[in-house]
Amino acid sequence: MKKTITLATTLLLTAGMAAAQDVRVGIAAEPYPPFASPDAAGNWVGWEVEIIGAVCAAAELNCIVTPVAWDGIIPSLTSGQIDAIMASMSITEERMQTIDFSDRYYNTPTVVIGARGIEMDATPEGLAGKVIGVQVSTVHQAYVDAYFAATAAEVRLYQTQDEANQDLIAGRIDATQADSIALEAFLATPEGLACCEMKGTVADDPVILGSGVGVGLRQGDPLKDAFNAGIAAILADGTYDEITLRHFASSIYGG
Amino acid sequence: MTDPPLTDPSSKPVAPQGSGRARLPEWLAPHRIVLAAIGLAIVWLCVTQMRWDWLPDYGWLIAEGIWRTIWLLVVSCILGFALAVPLGLAQAVGPWYLAAPARVFCTVIRGTPLLLQVWLLYFGLGSLFPSIPWIRQSELWPLLRQAWPYAVLALTLSYAGYEGEVMRGAFRSVPRGQLEAAQAMGMPRLTILRRIWLPQAVMQVLPTLGGETVLQMKATPLVATITVVEIYAVASRVRQDTLITYEPLLLLAVVYMALAGVIVLGFRWLETRAPARAG
Amino acid sequence: METLPLLALSPPGWGGNLLRGLVNSVQIALGAFGLGLLIGTAGAYGKLYGGPITRDLLAIYTTVVRAVPELILILILYFAVTDAVNQVLLAIGYQRIQISGVAAGIAVLGIVQGAYATEVLRGAILAVPLGQIEAARSMGMPPLLLARRITLPAMLAIAMPGLANLWLIATKDTALLAVVGFAELTLETRQAAATTKAFFTFYLAAGVLYLAVTLTSGLLFGRIERWARRGEPSLRGAG
Repeated sequence: MKKTITLATTLLLTAGMAAAQDVRVGIAAEPYPPFASPDAAGNWVGWEVEIIGAVCAAAELNCIVTPVAWDGIIPSLTSGQIDAIMASMSITEERMQTIDFSDRYYNTPTVVIGARGIEMDATPEGLAGKVIGVQVSTVHQAYVDAYFAATAAEVRLYQTQDEANQDLIAGRIDATQADSIALEAFLATPEGLACCEMKGTVADDPVILGSGVGVGLRQGDPLKDAFNAGIAAILADGTYDEITLRHFASSIYGG
Repeated sequence: MTDPPLTDPSSKPVAPQGSGRARLPEWLAPHRIVLAAIGLAIVWLCVTQMRWDWLPDYGWLIAEGIWRTIWLLVVSCILGFALAVPLGLAQAVGPWYLAAPARVFCTVIRGTPLLLQVWLLYFGLGSLFPSIPWIRQSELWPLLRQAWPYAVLALTLSYAGYEGEVMRGAFRSVPRGQLEAAQAMGMPRLTILRRIWLPQAVMQVLPTLGGETVLQMKATPLVATITVVEIYAVASRVRQDTLITYEPLLLLAVVYMALAGVIVLGFRWLETRAPARAG
Repeated sequence: METLPLLALSPPGWGGNLLRGLVNSVQIALGAFGLGLLIGTAGAYGKLYGGPITRDLLAIYTTVVRAVPELILILILYFAVTDAVNQVLLAIGYQRIQISGVAAGIAVLGIVQGAYATEVLRGAILAVPLGQIEAARSMGMPPLLLARRITLPAMLAIAMPGLANLWLIATKDTALLAVVGFAELTLETRQAAATTKAFFTFYLAAGVLYLAVTLTSGLLFGRIERWARRGEPSLRGAG
């Protein structure tokens, strides 16, 4: 009996070790086109999903894409439910106090879009008296709180950027701030085009907005080197550019 | 404590509880003291070992959040109950063209999750706005822009659906004799409802209503998903700003337990005010 | 409506996604309900026949679970339990384990259901005529056989409405798992609606699916209750 238990335990542990390169990569469970969104068959597609596949292949990791609710994604990482976050999460000082980041894999400016017909631009004066919607737990929420909340009429927090866009279409909010690529994708849709237009790029603040998007990892995790190697590899051999040009007009790696 | 003398070693003490022999009140019984001590130790550990430094920064927001939760609860319960009475009445004694819609309403509300109802009302209605251009100039627009009217509407309809079912049973269970006697006295129908039927029906189901109100309180966090800033939204905000996972959730649990306690005590007090049944 | 093709069962229709989500929801609801029944039976017996400490601990359990919103319990348990389990494993020197979303959802909702089930089953056991239990005891029936032959069958009929209610609560509570990102029906609906912008269509479709589950369950539980009450005289025409 004892032998069977020892054997079983050893098998279980070695099974765990053999699959040690199984990396659960968390993405946001809410659609964030064009980076990651579900299609009608239930598969996740988008630029970021393809990059995940490319980086993991280059780093020889077996990555399992795991959708997790955005506002619980960092606790999921620290509690061990996922091993990495690749959900367009910006590298900021504040987040670095809790988690670690790999090198960045893209960096795009932050813009404000708003309803057509309302005069505004991406400055505190331009947004005075407006109702601004922003996604919770993002650098954009922090930025709006720091710069626009004092003059804006109201700041409304949404669980997903998509819901903020919906309320912008419905007219409940006047403006929203988010990543330029995501908002350009929204403005390309018929509803987005009809309701809203680009109002301007916000003044940069590297402390709040961060220095690009990287892979979120637990502090001290050896996976960091693997991911950095993978990102460097796909940048060097052209895979990154190939995937990017399939979705966007030009590179979004940023300076 | 003194035990009665045991003349027969195999017999147990037969004195029933409360027989007059001196014993400690139940809440001071030894095991309760130990449990209370353990409980206090856990609370002390939580207060000293966990991070609570964020409380002063967010104190005002937390107070606002608690107020908004209470406000949502009270308004939706009052309006919901006001809607539930005609719903229950229609199902209990109404003609088929009133009873059937009421029944359908209650079935649909009770058969679908509240989260879905909330999202349907907020985002579903919101998606219709672009196709109604004149709505932005209408008087209602400031109200339609905000989130709390939809929250109140969804919570009210939900409460009305569940209580409509409860009131249906309550109205049916009031003794017919009383209603017939009042009718024989020539009391107008509305007065019968107001003086005899409704009060008795409500008193019969007061415990159930208390339980349902607690359930309604537990449903209020769902409106945080449509940008209403009540206490759950505030705690989520704290969790995301500070990246602290458990302490805000513990605070939330304490707040809700306190609210539930107040509701239960309130309904118990209401029950004592109900006149004693006359046989 | 021109958005109806979006509900088609195979891509590009999202109907298949919704049905997959429905299957997940029903799976979790079944698991949670079953776990809740197990915890509830143990809790009910503990509250009725257990020692004072057991009774007090169970009272604390049921009070806390019935006073704190499920959403917060789900969040606390979802993160705290996985965290605690992993910390323990790491401390002993093993690897972290991954608790699947389904397991976590069932565990969390099961614990919540257990508290309500304890109260329902306790009330039902108390309503079993004492004479039957005493007669069985005087015959020398061992306690387990007594529970199996006498208490549980009689209690089932009385507990049926309460249990049916609990099952409905379980199916509706699965919607809350959408907030932790688990792929059940409400989340799939939200994703589909957000991607296609056809909000009304998808939320109504999800409502219809939930209603279908609820109404079918209602019929099913009605039949089970009639079977459990077989042999009882009809109360029709009495007073």
